[in-house]
Parts: sequence; C-alpha cells; structure tokens
Amino acid sequence: MDASVQTKTHNLAKGDTLLAVDNVSLSFGGVKAITDVSFDIKKGEIRAIIGPNGAGKTSMLNVINGFYHPQQGRITFKGETRQKMRPYVAASQGIARTFQNVALFKGMTTLDNIMAGRTLKMNTGFFWQLWRHGPAMREEVEHRHIVEEIIDFLEIQAIRKTPVGKLPYGLQKRVELGRALAMEPELLLLDEPMAGMNLEEKEDMSRFIIDVNTQYGTTIALIEHDISVVMDLSDRVVVLEYGRKIADGTPNQVKNDQTVIDAYLGVPH
Amino acid sequence: MHVLYMVLIDPFVQMVSAPDLFIQTIWEGLVAGVLYALIALGFVLIFKASGVFNFAQGMMVVFAGLTLIAFQDMGLPAIVALAASIGVMYLLAFSIERVVLRPLVNQPDIILFMATFGITYLLIGFGEMIFGGEPKEVNTKAFWLPQGSIEFPVLGGFVQMQKIDIAAAIIAGLMIAALAFFFQKTRIGRALRAVADSHKAALSVGISLNQIWVIVWFAAGIVALVAGIMWGARSNVSFALQVVALKALPVLILGGFTSIPGAIIGGLIIGVGEKLGEFYWGPLMGGGIESWLAYFIALGFLLFRPQGLFGDKIIERI
Repeated sequence: MDASVQTKTHNLAKGDTLLAVDNVSLSFGGVKAITDVSFDIKKGEIRAIIGPNGAGKTSMLNVINGFYHPQQGRITFKGETRQKMRPYVAASQGIARTFQNVALFKGMTTLDNIMAGRTLKMNTGFFWQLWRHGPAMREEVEHRHIVEEIIDFLEIQAIRKTPVGKLPYGLQKRVELGRALAMEPELLLLDEPMAGMNLEEKEDMSRFIIDVNTQYGTTIALIEHDISVVMDLSDRVVVLEYGRKIADGTPNQVKNDQTVIDAYLGVPH
Repeated sequence: MHVLYMVLIDPFVQMVSAPDLFIQTIWEGLVAGVLYALIALGFVLIFKASGVFNFAQGMMVVFAGLTLIAFQDMGLPAIVALAASIGVMYLLAFSIERVVLRPLVNQPDIILFMATFGITYLLIGFGEMIFGGEPKEVNTKAFWLPQGSIEFPVLGGFVQMQKIDIAAAIIAGLMIAALAFFFQKTRIGRALRAVADSHKAALSVGISLNQIWVIVWFAAGIVALVAGIMWGARSNVSFALQVVALKALPVLILGGFTSIPGAIIGGLIIGVGEKLGEFYWGPLMGGGIESWLAYFIALGFLLFRPQGLFGDKIIERI
C-alpha cells in the first residue's frame, strides 16, 4: 500500500477519534435536513446511525463523504478539520461507502465493479494505460489478486463474470460492499446494507460486516432500520429525528432512552 | 404491374447481369460507411462516458481538419502539424470541460445536449473567423497516404479502388480496435464505463469526473481529426461537412448509442444501403435518394429494435 497516504493513520490507535462531526447543519432551500448535529466515530468501532424515515441519516452520510456540503459545522477526519468534504478527497483519504438504493455500474461485471474500487490504488499514467503492457499490465495483475481475495471473502466467486444488472438485489448489495472493500477503506459507510433482504441474507451480511470489522480492523458507520440487527452489531448508536440528534450511546442506553422510544412509537397527545 | 416490376425485380436483374458494377457499388458504400462509422465513433465515445449526445461532433471533424490544414499551410512538416493539431484538440477538450461541462454537473442530460449546440455554433463562428469560409484540401502527400487507384478484374468486368480509401479503411479499423481494447481492459477504460453508469458511485470510489471528461472529449477529438484527414484527402474540408456528419445519427440508431462495434457495423450498413439504393432504385424516384435513405432505414429500425443492433437493452426493474 502507498506509504505516503497511510502515514497519518498509523498514529491513530484503536479507540481514538477517527471522524468527528461538529455542529453540522444542512438545509436545502427552506428545508432543514440536519440541524446542529455533533457526534464522533472512534477507530475500530461499529457505529450505527438510526432514526425514523426522513431523520437525516443518509444526508449525514452524504455530508461525511462530501456529496453534500453543510452550511455550518466542521468535519474532522484523521485529525484534519474541514469545513466540507469533497468526494475525491474523502475517497483518497480512506472513506468508502455503499448506497441505499444500490449504485453499481450496471453494465459491468462483478469483477470490473470491484476492480473499479481499486481506481485510486492504481497509478500508472494515461500513456502507459494506452500501451497497457509493462507497468500497466503488471499493476492490473497485482490488483486482480486483491480483488479475488475480496471475492472469496464475500463468497461471490460464481458471479464473477456476470453483469451486475442481472443479479438479484441481495447479491448486488454484496457486490457493492465488495467494491467499497476494494478501496481498503479506514472508514466504511453503509447505507441500509440490509434493506430489502430476507432473514438469511441479513445474517450473511451481518457476518460480513463483523468480519470486516474484526479481520481488517475497518471502522464502520452504518444506517439500519432493523433494530435487532443494530443492537447486535454496533458498539455505539446515534439517534436522529427530524435532523436533530436525540440520543447517543451504547445500544442498551439508547434502547431505554425515553426520547428514542417516543420518536419511534409516537407520543400520546 | 410495371412499377412493381421496376421496384422488386429489375434492380436485382441488373445486379446479376453486371456483377462488377454491383461489387463496385458495394465498395463505394463501404468507403462511405467507414467515414460514417468514424464520425459515429466520436459520438459513441462521449455518449458512453457521459450520456450526452454531442451535437458538436460533426463540427469537431471540420474544426480538426481545418486546424491541420492551417498548420500545414504555415509550412510545418506533416508530423509537427499533426502533433500540433492533436495539441489543439486537447486544448479544446480541456476548455470544454472547464467552461461548459463542469458548471453543468448533475444537470439533466437535455441541458448538456443543448450546451453541445452552443459548442457547435461557437466552433462555426470561431472557425470561420480563423480559417475563413472556403473549402480547403488536405495535403495528402505529406502524410504518406497512397494516391491513385488499383483495378482488378471481377467476373468479366473491372472494379476500381482508390488506394486512399483502402488506407482509410485500415486506419479506421486499427483505431477502432485500439479504442475497444482501451475501453474494455484498462483502468481508465473501466473508469470511463463507470462514469457512464453512475456518477455518484463513480465519485464514491474516487474517480474524477473532470479528468474522465477531458480524456473522453480528447479521444473524440482525435477520432474527429482522423475522420477530418480521411475526408479531406478524398474531397475538401468545408463547413458543409458537418451536415454530412449528421448521417452519424441514423448510424447510431442502427448500431446502438453505446456500442463501438455497433457504430462500425451501423456505419457500413448505412453506407452500403445508401449507395445500393441510389444506384439501383434512385433512378425510379428521380435520383437523390442518398440524402434521405439513411434516415428512412433508421426509422424502420426504431420501430422494431429501438436499442439498435448492439445497444444495451434497457431493462427497468419495476
């Protein structure tokens, strides 16, 4: 791996703050998506972001990886504070993500999709690429090894050459996870990784998430609606409602928090 | 009865009775087809990578051709003139990305399409200002392109082929093979396809849209330059050429907007269909059907196979 990109990371030990979001507010015209939210993600943990529909969870992920630029607040990643992220910076600094409604390269095969995740790790220039032999070829082979490892890890060998548009939804989600893993991220953002899955698929996905976290030490932030999954997987949970943070703590703390219960079940008037 | 005979029987009788003429016509069609294919290829490149139909592609052919001629007229040796023209095409790609595409990221495709109209008219005005309006000829000798023609006997007659046409076909073939390979097998090729499929997913893996757009417009510029040279070597490069370039539209409908092989085969079918139509059926309708037959064929295709011969079939999950 490229040493210069990674130097900063090694200074962070497990439990240090990897990412901090401070007083972030985001609005679209008159609509306030996020209002003054602060929380942090510690290195090595699985951090869940939950909340009812429209609470601003996905907006929060979009702020973290630079798709949305908040009007107020700061984002600190690996000790570097920014007013806003840019997608390219986020990707090159080690933030990978998946999307709520699977965003794969539909016309491309599983293999090519995951290889696309290696884009930033590959750096032969344009003219070597034109020639393809020599450095570009060597590089292609080398990265193919890593991609094959990911394919083995996710148990998707059989669909290696299938165009992903043809795959069932559950497998598409898995390929998307593979593409994110190919970036060797430090922070992996998962937007509803289990939406629309059956019980078996959910169990598989939970297992992959835990394995990624323990084997590779990847920090994970995930949005999920299935509360039992969230309680099992995550170390800490932040709860959003109407764009505001209403609770933050361990799954048990959050579960017994009256505001959270009210937010999910409604308050009698 | 007579009309039916003239339309359905007589042309085929003519084809069989004079096979050399028939083969000559097909060859002429293939030659025209190669040029259509080259122009269509420029469209496909940009459409694949950005989902934008680049109306300016035809004008880019003219502009590239005239740039090269201008450099040659300045007395530069062929190689230097060629390199300088490639440089100009890069500059063009770079400025289009910076000035036109970048401010329009995430806008609907139709907005980008309209922007390419703007580019077309800008290039026309700018080109006429620098190069003047009159048609110009490419100095083919300087490019080691062969001249003259070869004749060989076929079935009791003769077929004549211009050497320049043969050269054009070979160069176009090589170029297409190289592009297809580049798109399929390299990191940048993969990134190009990725951008075409999903902007946000491409951004999330760290692909730079700006860089990809420069590369793809540059590639389309080089294809335009080759098309310009080939066209200019056969006749003149003039602003009227950009109307001919619109023939690429039926070619694309035939071949599919996203397929490189489709552009080639579509180009050849349109070229051959046009010449055969003109030669054998044209006289029945007073000639000149060459100018609209291509669109007619495309219309037929739209009815039965709207994604084209090789285009991606659009499957929507509902």
